[in-house]
Amino acid sequence: MSVLAEIRPDEWNYVLLLHIGGAMILFGGTFTAASALAFARGDARILRLGYWSLLTVALPGYVLMRIGAERILTKEGIGEPDWIGVGYLVADLSALLLLIALIVGGIGVYRLRSGKGTVFLQATMAISLVLLVGYTAAIWAMSGKPG
Amino acid sequence: MSLDDWILALHVLSAFAYVGGLVLFWVLVVAVRRTDLPEATIRMEPVVKVGNVTVGVGAVGTILFGIWLAIAFDRYQVWDGWVIAAIVLWAISLGTGQRTGAAYMKGMTRAQELQTSGQPGPSAELLALNRTSNGLLMHFLTTVAVALILLDMIWKPGA
Repeated sequence: MSVLAEIRPDEWNYVLLLHIGGAMILFGGTFTAASALAFARGDARILRLGYWSLLTVALPGYVLMRIGAERILTKEGIGEPDWIGVGYLVADLSALLLLIALIVGGIGVYRLRSGKGTVFLQATMAISLVLLVGYTAAIWAMSGKPG
Repeated sequence: MSLDDWILALHVLSAFAYVGGLVLFWVLVVAVRRTDLPEATIRMEPVVKVGNVTVGVGAVGTILFGIWLAIAFDRYQVWDGWVIAAIVLWAISLGTGQRTGAAYMKGMTRAQELQTSGQPGPSAELLALNRTSNGLLMHFLTTVAVALILLDMIWKPGA
């Protein structure tokens, strides 16, 4: 992040802000969802809180992060070094996983009305944990820039 | 990757942890505003603890690795204006963050008192404590301080 800022014209910083800000919201929303779902202990209210964190915080964060990523890459024209490749891989795979987590979690939240659905939300929690591992790898690659 | 690259990665990861914790507390701040039952308030405690640990690790990691980088990189100095601004904002966010925690813990403490004294029903007093305007203001100020740090890190004014 810091190295990128050094070589970037000032007006590009807005796009970097969009990318990093979105990524932080995405990470925070996913982290909140995983924490709430992991510690809900069957409490329907906290299970719903976890799911809605993923839907209303993490998903918009992903969109902002991705728009920022595409725009900054277009502006910089730096090709595709390893660390960009890691970022793209994580972003693409995580989009799919996030979608699955939201669909499965949505079914779980719907079934909570009849006292069921916990298993679906546990699956959403597991996917959220996998997403957090992927995001951590992406943050490491984006900031350390291996290769 | 050099050692400094690793430190930079850890610095950024710490920043994400710090912001992740703040986002978690925003979700809890919104959720607790409709909570007037002691048990429902108490059930949020494990999630609060996760948030506290994450914010703590993120805050400490951000400042330690950040100062390391300012010393390690020849082009930056700890006394650069933008670095000092980041440290001041970090300290402000820590202070307001602690006040946020203190404000919301009043509700948690009252919920535990109500629960142990056999009053598990809805409580207007508990709802008022959970809707603390002081806590909300402090959390907002913490978020503003952290957002300003992010702007400072990206733009590096004067660097």
